[in-house]
Amino acid sequence: MKTLLSNDNLRILVPALSLVALLCAVFYLQPRTMSYMGLNLMFNLAVPIALATIAQMFILAVNDLDLSMGAFVSFSACVAATFLEQSPLIGILILAAAIGVYALIGVVIYLRNLPAIVVTLGMSFVWSGLAVLLLPSPGGAAPEWIRAIMTSRPPMVPMAIIASIIIAAVAHLIVMRSSFGVIMRGLGGNSRSVERSGWSIIRIRAMTYALAGLFAVMAGIVLVGLTTAADANIALRYTLLSIAGVILGGGEFVGGRVSPVGAVIGALTLTLAASFLSFLRISPDWQIGAQGAILIIVLAIRLILNRRERKEKRT
Amino acid sequence: MTTGFNTLLHTRWIWSFVAASVVWFITIMFTGGSSLVELTQVAFTFASFSIIVGLGQMFVITLGPGNIDLSIPATMTLSGTIVLKFVGGDASLIVPGFLIAIAIGVGVGLSNFTLIKLLRIPPIIATLAMSFIVQSAAIWTNRGLRIRPPQSLSDFAVGFTLGVPNLAWVALIVSVFGYILLEKSVFGRWVVAIGQNMRAARLAGVPVEGVRCATYVLCAVLAGVCGYFLASFSGGAALNMGQEYLLMSIAVVVIGGTSVAGGDSNVPGIWGASLFMFLVVSMLNTYGFDAGFRMIMTGVIIIGVIIAASSRTLRL
Repeated sequence: MKTLLSNDNLRILVPALSLVALLCAVFYLQPRTMSYMGLNLMFNLAVPIALATIAQMFILAVNDLDLSMGAFVSFSACVAATFLEQSPLIGILILAAAIGVYALIGVVIYLRNLPAIVVTLGMSFVWSGLAVLLLPSPGGAAPEWIRAIMTSRPPMVPMAIIASIIIAAVAHLIVMRSSFGVIMRGLGGNSRSVERSGWSIIRIRAMTYALAGLFAVMAGIVLVGLTTAADANIALRYTLLSIAGVILGGGEFVGGRVSPVGAVIGALTLTLAASFLSFLRISPDWQIGAQGAILIIVLAIRLILNRRERKEKRT
Repeated sequence: MTTGFNTLLHTRWIWSFVAASVVWFITIMFTGGSSLVELTQVAFTFASFSIIVGLGQMFVITLGPGNIDLSIPATMTLSGTIVLKFVGGDASLIVPGFLIAIAIGVGVGLSNFTLIKLLRIPPIIATLAMSFIVQSAAIWTNRGLRIRPPQSLSDFAVGFTLGVPNLAWVALIVSVFGYILLEKSVFGRWVVAIGQNMRAARLAGVPVEGVRCATYVLCAVLAGVCGYFLASFSGGAALNMGQEYLLMSIAVVVIGGTSVAGGDSNVPGIWGASLFMFLVVSMLNTYGFDAGFRMIMTGVIIIGVIIAASSRTLRL
């Protein structure tokens, strides 16, 4: 029992239970969602959000915050809907260069001791600007292959669920099981001790930011696969969604304490919250507000459970 | 030693003014000096909005790492919509309307801090969740209606006194108040002390939670006041009117030389940074760049200024 309620397990348990509770509430309100089609429809848009949330999680793991996430995902989506569709090679080169820029930013922030919030804020203008140059008005087309993947209908379990599980598993392997992940989280916990034990902070930060860029690029491509077209503002709200997703999933702002599985669950919860609210027939005026309220409720539950755990420890 | 420290402070805030002046000069060069007065007046008018919200954000950021208020845009929108709906074009209700704007700020600020304190969640998430609720409240009260402000109020908002925009006077009054509060009052010293080391401040007997609460309220009140003036200036409240001030409020604070790590802030720098941010956009407009390129340049310039400024602070 004690090991089951360890800090790490609780970190996953609370977000998972919130998701299950929300899912039950949705099933109760609208039993027809309890089907292959229903689940797929509800969770489809969660896939790009989950990828963006994982990307944000990498940045949070090294104690930074990326305010350009939404703009960057929009930019990736625009590249995917234009270059990647028409001339894949150039598209891949552009996206690879963008990931390189991400790694560079991670290094520059460290070398010049800059506030990550402001640098990424500045970068959000750059990515948005590039996206506007690429697609001044909504348009473009999704590459065939991603469209095929996103609309495929595997037996038994909908694509959206499979994709979420794969994302969570891959991110878990990188962050929790690989030696790089351990060092990265160590950097978030205490960068000086990591440096003194002989690791290159620059290399770790470059890797971390590059991985964040990679996941954000995938978010953009997947998003285009779902929507079949892109525009420069398509994913701007992902900045705040991704931060909220990481925190909902049990991650913290400092100390390298993140949970990849939790982050995916957090993203699913946020997406499901939107469906839940529309099933509740809440007036559209209050939809965003109710989403804020759900965020608050989940965090309140987490607080209560954490407190109970602390009490048990003391006794 | 003291004089050395003073000159350092001096150079820090002068930096943003230098950047603003350079951009101003480049713009004037292009127009051949013809729009010199107009450009300066417009810059001061628009900068005053960023200055008012920037001051609030500065106090919050001074509290230390993790402290930030993301509910500023929503508060501005709510204040603008509710006040103009209440005033409804009746000039006699201008002053009560202003008090309502302040009351909305107090309400949002208190709710923000209650969330931070009760749920022990990071301010960024607490104020984000709060902003969703506040934004919804604004949508619900407004419903897309655009109620015009009373003539005398909008005349004031677009008018000039002694050749200086009235709104710049308002921003100046707020800034002087903010400067005195930060530098000369016990409250300001407390805010800085908390930002430098919360634990030490608590041990030294600073009422940490009370000060934090008051700071979040102050920030929300300034956002409410700014929303009131912005709605009056632009002839009615719009649901997205606060949008750009989320990033703007953070950017002017940091470019103005306030430390993001907290405990070290700078009021004059906010003026330089606000003027700079507006002038960059108008310069790029004047030179006829299209929207996408303009945004890229804005981003590059923000990062460039931060890097340039950091080489000075690093030597500290």
